Amino acid sequence: MSFITFAPSQQKYPKTDSTIYPAMNLPKYKITIENVSSYYGTVQALKDINMNILPLSVTAFIGPSGCGKSTLLRNINRMNDYIPDFRLEGSIKFDGVDIYSKFIEVENLRKQIGMVFQKPNPFPKSIFENVAFGLRIQGIKDKSYIEHQVEKSLKQTFLWDEVKDNLSKIGTALSGGQQQRLCIARALAVEPEVVLMDEPTSALDPIATAKIEELVIELKRQYTIVIVTHNMQQAARISDQTAFFYMGSLIEMDATSKIFTNPSEKLTENYISGHFG
Amino acid sequence: MNNQKKNRLIDKAFSVWGFTSSLLGLIALAIFIGDILNTGLSRLSWEFITSLPSRFPNRAGIYTALLGSAWILVLTTLIAFPIGVMAGIYLEEFQKKSRFANLMEINLSNLAGVPSIIYGLLGLELFVRAYHLGPSIVAGSLTLALLILPIIIVTTREALRAVPQSIKDASYSLGATKLQTIWYHCLPISIGGIFTGVILAISRAVGEAAPLIVVGALAYVPFAPKSPFDSFSVLPIQIFNWISRPQSGFTVNAAAGIIVLLLLTFVMNGLAIYLRYKWQKKVKL
Repeated sequence: MSFITFAPSQQKYPKTDSTIYPAMNLPKYKITIENVSSYYGTVQALKDINMNILPLSVTAFIGPSGCGKSTLLRNINRMNDYIPDFRLEGSIKFDGVDIYSKFIEVENLRKQIGMVFQKPNPFPKSIFENVAFGLRIQGIKDKSYIEHQVEKSLKQTFLWDEVKDNLSKIGTALSGGQQQRLCIARALAVEPEVVLMDEPTSALDPIATAKIEELVIELKRQYTIVIVTHNMQQAARISDQTAFFYMGSLIEMDATSKIFTNPSEKLTENYISGHFG
Repeated sequence: MNNQKKNRLIDKAFSVWGFTSSLLGLIALAIFIGDILNTGLSRLSWEFITSLPSRFPNRAGIYTALLGSAWILVLTTLIAFPIGVMAGIYLEEFQKKSRFANLMEINLSNLAGVPSIIYGLLGLELFVRAYHLGPSIVAGSLTLALLILPIIIVTTREALRAVPQSIKDASYSLGATKLQTIWYHCLPISIGGIFTGVILAISRAVGEAAPLIVVGALAYVPFAPKSPFDSFSVLPIQIFNWISRPQSGFTVNAAAGIIVLLLLTFVMNGLAIYLRYKWQKKVKL
């Protein structure tokens, strides 16, 4: 695995041993989740979760509605910070650094851990401005750099050929599948290392879904991807590891092939074979 | 009669009732406007608009009152708009849940219901006497600004609340700060609603007479106000003054004055509708 992709992000964090000797102390896992419990007020959404997420791979979170998979996903880039009464115990480490530490600037964290949502949510602005927004808010003024990044991101999401002639068209006027790919391009434009996807295809038709899946497999060559999905075939098709959640607990996490053929837990087997959920 | 027929009849009766109710308001307004136009239109002329007040009805005009209203309109907007919108943004986006916050919310909604004359008394004590501003345009504008602040705050908050959470999420997930999210997304989306609320609030302020009478606006101002510290009159007070006089000539003047005031508020409401339409079209979600 290339170490070069890890090094730049570390500069924004307080110095740890791994920034001095990156090649020696680099953590094996991109994201480490240790004893995480989280609460909305008095309701416990996650119970003592432990898991490791491998770099440059696709990790799928599956489980019935309300099992906590989306909550955990949103904890990884601290999107739950704005929810009143939200509380988290335990630690989540990104490249070995605790993201809930007071030294972390949450805006910097989110530049490195991007997110794609359930419903396509492009801004009511032009296609170009949608993709450029993440760069503009960083104060980047270099026009040619922004144009380059927009083109690159739209090409990465196979959207460039479809929209290159009318980049000034409003983003919300695209079809649902195109909107979702625009949202992925928008997330990629700021060059994150991890992309979190919260049921990105649940609002799309099968053809648009297939395109997104293809895209996810393509993207894992450069990004670490964590995807929440209700569609178990989808998890089986595109992920390398699968984590099964039930009632706020992580029941089982393993290589996707193992989870779908020979799970260790009875509960996982029942869920996958469609007995509940 | 079976149940379905009965339900259908109730349906019909309800819609007829609703239609009559909506028509009633419209008819009342039409009769009122017709009557006013009938009485006052013949008196309306350029001369009427540019003449100073006089004790002779056919020489009297609304020049000073109109200028006073214009001053009040501009100053009240300048004072109330930034304060109201900032307060609305703060309360909607930044305020954390607390007992103090709850208290503030209750107070705000109560303030919106306080009779305007009470604001007049507050203005008299605070601005006219304590701050020694006298019965001036500034004192009047400050009083009216207080009066419409709750309305502006409430409409600003409602407009911001209508911004979809998904848009805010998208912005935050790209590393935007709260202020960047509000500035680049929430405000552009809600600005039509905010402007609409502000314009409606100001058009209400322009029509107010009671608080300004208490503050000390005059009915007879023989000169045009030149600075915010001059004494002043406004259209509603001028109209009120004319109506309370015995000569029939002044009744005609009052009607003509009402036409001008109505025109002013209609134009402002029209502007509000136009803005709402224009911005809603732009942001289709």
